[in-house]
Amino acid sequence: MASVCFYFQVHQPLRLRHYTVFDKDDRYFDDYKNSSICRKVANKCYLPANRLLLDIIRRYEGRFRIAYSLTGVLLEQLLSFAPEVLSTFDALAETGCVEFLAETYYHSLSFLYSRDEFIEQVNKHIETIENLFGQKPRVFRNTELIYNNDLAALVESMGNFDAIMTEGADHILDFRSPNFIYRPNGCSKLKLLLKNYSLSDDIAFRFSNRAWSEWPLTAEKFARWISRANGNGYVVNLFMDYETFGEHQWKDTGIFDFMRHLPEHVLKHPDNDFKTPSEVIQCYEPVDTVDVPHLISWADIERDLSAWLGNAMQSNAIHELYRLEKEVKKAGNEKVITDWRKLQTSDHFYYMCTKYFADGDVHKYFNPYDSPYDSYINFMNVLGNLSSRCSSHAALDKTNIADRTMIHKNDLTGQATESTFCRLS
Amino acid sequence: MRVFMLGWEFPPFISGGLGTACYGLTKAMDHLGIEVTFVLPTMLESAHDSHVKLLAAGSHGQTAAFKFDPLKNVMFRTINSPLQPYSTPDVYQRQIEETLRLKQKNCGLASQLFGAVDYSGDMYSEVYRYAAVAAQLAEDEQFDIVHAHDWITYPAGILVAKMSGKPLIVHVHSTEFDRSGEHVNQMIYDIEREGMHAADRVITVSHFTRNNIISRYGVSGEKVEVVHNGVQRNGGGGWALAESGIDKDEKIVLFLGRITMQKGPEYFLAAAKKVLEKLDNVKFVMTGSGDMMHRAVEMAAGLGIGHKVLFTGFLRGQDVQKIYKMADLYVMPSVSEPFGIAPLEALENNVPVIISKQSGVSEVLKHALKVDFWDVDEIANKIVAVLEYPALQETLANYGNFEVRRLRWEDSARKCARIYEEALVAV
Repeated sequence: MASVCFYFQVHQPLRLRHYTVFDKDDRYFDDYKNSSICRKVANKCYLPANRLLLDIIRRYEGRFRIAYSLTGVLLEQLLSFAPEVLSTFDALAETGCVEFLAETYYHSLSFLYSRDEFIEQVNKHIETIENLFGQKPRVFRNTELIYNNDLAALVESMGNFDAIMTEGADHILDFRSPNFIYRPNGCSKLKLLLKNYSLSDDIAFRFSNRAWSEWPLTAEKFARWISRANGNGYVVNLFMDYETFGEHQWKDTGIFDFMRHLPEHVLKHPDNDFKTPSEVIQCYEPVDTVDVPHLISWADIERDLSAWLGNAMQSNAIHELYRLEKEVKKAGNEKVITDWRKLQTSDHFYYMCTKYFADGDVHKYFNPYDSPYDSYINFMNVLGNLSSRCSSHAALDKTNIADRTMIHKNDLTGQATESTFCRLS
Repeated sequence: MRVFMLGWEFPPFISGGLGTACYGLTKAMDHLGIEVTFVLPTMLESAHDSHVKLLAAGSHGQTAAFKFDPLKNVMFRTINSPLQPYSTPDVYQRQIEETLRLKQKNCGLASQLFGAVDYSGDMYSEVYRYAAVAAQLAEDEQFDIVHAHDWITYPAGILVAKMSGKPLIVHVHSTEFDRSGEHVNQMIYDIEREGMHAADRVITVSHFTRNNIISRYGVSGEKVEVVHNGVQRNGGGGWALAESGIDKDEKIVLFLGRITMQKGPEYFLAAAKKVLEKLDNVKFVMTGSGDMMHRAVEMAAGLGIGHKVLFTGFLRGQDVQKIYKMADLYVMPSVSEPFGIAPLEALENNVPVIISKQSGVSEVLKHALKVDFWDVDEIANKIVAVLEYPALQETLANYGNFEVRRLRWEDSARKCARIYEEALVAV
C-alpha cells in the first residue's frame, strides 16, 4: 500500500515599509507592496491551484485528498486583499477531502524563544481555522518544519494533537525510510510524519529544471516512482510550498497539467491511494522511534536554522525582539501586541541571511530588500519604535485587552467592511 | 611581455586613487613576470604643493614607509614636469609661477637639479611636452605594448604607439564628467576622446565607467573591457588613539577623499547634521584636501555642527592607517565615482563602509551599505544604524573584510595581460 499524502504550506509575510530611525509613527507595514504581492500570487497561484484541486477532488469523488497549512498572517492578508481566495479555500473545506493543519499563527520562531508565546500563537491559529473552516486541526507543523525532541514533547503535552510533521532529513533517519510512521523520542502518543524530500523536491524544485536528467517530469513517471514505495513503506509525504504551483514553477512549465493528471496515474495502481495526514496516522502505527536532539528544518542543504539565525545580526534582532515580550504584554495594548507578533514572522530574519548573499540565489528571489543589511536596519528601527511605545502605553492604559483580534467565518460573506476583524469577547 | 606604461602619479607622490591603482597593478604585473617601464612626471618643487608639504613636514620616516618592495621587473623613468592628476589649468598656472619664483630664489640649487629644463606655460602644452619627452624615452626602450593611464598621458600614448607601431591600451580611471559634472572642460574632453578612439583596447575600472564612455565618448563597446581594481594588503600596525581631540567613547564617522564636487562632501555634512539630531557622541572627520575644502568648512559652520566636524587635511601612509584604526564607519557619498579604492582600504582595516550607488566599487562589494548620494536622509539613517547596532557594524566589517581579501591586484593584472595578448594578436 502506498498512500500519497500531500500537504501544502500557504504563507505570505507582512513586509515592512522603509522605516528610518527618524520615523516616529506606528505604521510599520508596506500595505501597497503586501497587497500587490498578495493579489499577484492569488492570481498566479492560489486561485488557479484552488480551482484545479477542487476540480480534481470533485472528479475523483473523495479519492483525492490533500492538506493545507494556512498561516494567520496569510489569512489576514487574503481577507483584506483577495477575499475570493478565502471563498475557494472554504469550498475546498466543504468537500470533506481537505484537512487543515495547525501552526503558529504568525509563522514565527517562538518555540525557540518563548514557550508561552508559542502556545498562545498555536491556540490562536487553531481557533482561527476552526472559525473559518469548521474543523479543529489535529496535526501540528512548526514554522519551516523546525523540529526537535523538545518540540514534540511540548506539542504532545498540549493535548490537542495526534501527530507532528518534520523534514525526513537523512541524518535523523539513519538509513531508515521516511515512508513510515515514527514516534518522536520521548513521546507516548504523538506520531511523526516525515517529509519525503527527494520526491517532494522533484516537484517543488526540480520540476522545470532542464538540466535535470529526469526532465521533463510527467505525471506517469512520477506515479511510477511513488508506486516503488510499495513494500517499503506506507506513505509518501509530499510536503511543499503551495506557491510551487504557478509562482515558483510558472504555469508554462506545465505544473498545473502535471497535477491535473497525477491522480489518474497514481490511482491506476490498485494499491495506491491519497490520504490526509490524519487519515495516515489512523491507518498506521509507528514502526520505530526517531531521536532528534538538535534542531532541524526543511531549509537549504544544511537542514538547520542558519537561514534565520546564522549571523550576528539575525541573532541580535531576534533576541531583542523576544526580550520585549514582558514589556509588550505588560503594556497591555492590543495593537502593540499584534505589531510585536507580526514582527515575529520568520521571513523578517530570513531576509537578513548572508549565507548565500554573495552568490545570489533562491534566497534573493523571496527578498524585498537589496541586502541583508538593509533588512536588519529596517527591522531594528521598527523594533526601536515598538519598544518606545511599550513604555508609553504601560503608563497609559492598564485595562486594555490583550490580542483578541480574530478572523471569523462571517467575514467571508462578502460584506467585509473597513473592519475586517471580528472581535470575540 | 614588456609594457611601456605611462602614468602620472605613483606612491609616495600621490594625491588620490590613481597612484594607488598604478602601484597595485604594476606590483602585481611584476609578480607575474611582466616587464614594465613606468614613465611618470615628477617635479621636486611640488614640495610646496599642499599635500607634499605635509610629506616634508612629516619627516622622511613616512616616505620610507612607502618604499616599494623591490620590483624586479619594473623600471621607473621620470620626466620633470609639474603635472598633477587632479589639477585644473588655474591651479597649474599658479604652481608654475610659484616654481619659477622659487627657482630664482634658490637659483643655484634649482639649476643644479633641473639644468635648463623648460616648463611650458600652460597645462595643455605641458601635456604635449610630456608626450614628446615620453616619445624620446621610448626610443631607447624595447617593448610590446603601450599602456596609458588617464587623459594626461593619452597624447603621449598615441605618439609612442604611432612611432613604435605597437598597440595602445588606454586605461580609464576617471573621466572629465566624473571630475567636473556636466561642466566639462572641452579640451580635456577632446584629449580623452581622442585617446579612447585611438586606442586598440580601452580598459575601464568599472561598468559604471564603461557605460559612461560608451554613451558620452561614442566609443564602441566591443573594445572596452572592465578590469576592477584590487586592494593592496597592508597589514595595519597597532596605533593607539593619539592627541586628536577625540574621546575614546566618541564614535567617529570618516570621510576620506579629495574634498571636491565629485566626492559629495556637502552630502556628508548634511547627513552629519541629521545624525547629530539623533546622537550626540559622534565626531565627523573629513580627511583630504581639494577645491571645496573652504566651502565644506563654511558649510559645517553654517549648519551649526562646526564643533563636531574635524578637518585633517591630506593624510598619507601611516596617518591614513591611523585614521582608519580610529574610525567606526567610512562614508563615501560620491556623486560620480569611477571606482573608489578607499572603501576597500577601509574594509581592509575592518571599518564598515557606506558607499554611493553611483560608484564602480559598489559593483564589486556586496557587504557594504549602499545609498544614492543625494539621499541624505537615508545616509543619516544608515550612519545611525551602524553606530547604534553593534551587530551590524560587526557583520559588515567581518564579511566586508573577507570579501576584500578576494579582490586581488593579481587578478586585475592577469586580466590586463590577457587584453595585451588579444591586442597583439589583432595587430
